[in-house]
Amino acid sequence: MEISNLTKERIHDYLRAGKRFDGRGLFDYRDIVIETGISKNAEGSARVKIGDTEVVAGVKLGVSEPYPDSPDEGALISGVEHLPLSSPHFESGPPSIHAIEMARIVDRGIRESGFIDFKKLCIKEGEKAWTVFLDIYSINDAGNLMDASALAAVAALKTAHFPEYDKDADKVIFGSLTDKKLPLTESMPITLTYYKVNNAFILDPISLEEESSDMRISIAMSRQGKKVIINACQKSGEVTVAKDELISILEKAMDKWKQIEPKVAKLIDKK
Amino acid sequence: MSYTKRLDGRKFDELREMKAIVGIVPNADGSALFAFGDTIAIAAVYGPKQLHPQHLQDPRRGILRCNYDMLSFSVPERKKPGPTRRSHEISKVTQWALSEIVNLEEFPNTVVDVHISILQANASTRCAGINAAALALAHAGIPMKEIVSSVSIGKIDDRIVVDVNKEEEEYEEGAGSTDIPMAFLARSKKIALFQLDGGIELEQLKDAIEAAEQACKKVYKIQQEALKDIR
Repeated sequence: MEISNLTKERIHDYLRAGKRFDGRGLFDYRDIVIETGISKNAEGSARVKIGDTEVVAGVKLGVSEPYPDSPDEGALISGVEHLPLSSPHFESGPPSIHAIEMARIVDRGIRESGFIDFKKLCIKEGEKAWTVFLDIYSINDAGNLMDASALAAVAALKTAHFPEYDKDADKVIFGSLTDKKLPLTESMPITLTYYKVNNAFILDPISLEEESSDMRISIAMSRQGKKVIINACQKSGEVTVAKDELISILEKAMDKWKQIEPKVAKLIDKK
Repeated sequence: MSYTKRLDGRKFDELREMKAIVGIVPNADGSALFAFGDTIAIAAVYGPKQLHPQHLQDPRRGILRCNYDMLSFSVPERKKPGPTRRSHEISKVTQWALSEIVNLEEFPNTVVDVHISILQANASTRCAGINAAALALAHAGIPMKEIVSSVSIGKIDDRIVVDVNKEEEEYEEGAGSTDIPMAFLARSKKIALFQLDGGIELEQLKDAIEAAEQACKKVYKIQQEALKDIR
């Protein structure tokens, strides 16, 4: 949806002065609220609010034949849907390219960080393994659905438990959850997306800022031992970025990640 | 064992043999082939032409549309024909990578369609596709500010390599493989494509970006030569 030039210029004016409509600094996040266990029939679920932005994520598990190229591993299938109820700009129908892209960025962060121990999802090599279905829905789009979705995904996975599985009948008994949690590692991915608006970069945009942005860079990072590793990146949008600009964003992201990660971990684990 | 020697014997900063041919689809307004070794992409451009349905038109400028896909037999295990989530995403990042080099302000309400097909895949297909598409746009006579050149950088175990092939992409020993497709504009040196998939530390990522810039210069040279040699 297009934003009026007048509003756009106003946002540019504000950013030139290092200010934002809601009084935050350029790289300040809005308050993050995480709730888990928000949908009883899901194996794991979470609601994430970043300011007025809200998304929910749910995990369902199923048993299927592993992919031939990884016979001793389970699988992850992630989807993002931008529900029409969450914004006047979203319409029903097949997922838009933006939703597809978002799902793929979330998926890459989780997969590449090694957050899920896929080998432990194997039931019988070459024959049976668990598939993790991770679905993320927008409930209210007030900007930055990208980072909210990635966060909700992690929170939902963290709370997921296996359902009972009847090996002989080869049937998952949905509705009866075991105490066994999904096999996760310490490498929890968190995604930070920097939006370029005019000549300024900002984090966690509100809708107006997001709509007047021409380019964004998503960066998913995780802790591997003592190091923080970059697991997934994506530059989106028609505008190019200079090399020194890109490097400075990567450096900023690394610092911000180190601040935000312990806070997020606490928010998820508190439940 | 660390990755001290590339599986196909190349130097760490060496690209596979590149091939670029302009003018391969007579029906198209512009077309080109670009290959990195066994990875072969062809691109065809149609337009500027009237855009339908009308509500998609932009009265200020023409729009660029890209469509990337792999032929079903281009990969060892047959790919089901038709678009996938992967091809949707690659089409989009390709469009983004190309949009700043073209100037479509003189063609309001029109569309320029760029179709990219992968004939044979051995990794780095999106990069080959972008390189072919840039040539095809030039061949079609679309007003352009400059050319974009693309290459994939890899971190295989702990080494930065240029122009990743399939074998390297699937490398699992040590730290495994990290794939970083990038594109640079030839003159302004701006970055038009930046994706990353794997695990890398910040300092080494800076080296990878530098390696990409150097490698893109080599790609650009091949593109330039191909444009001088239009059939």
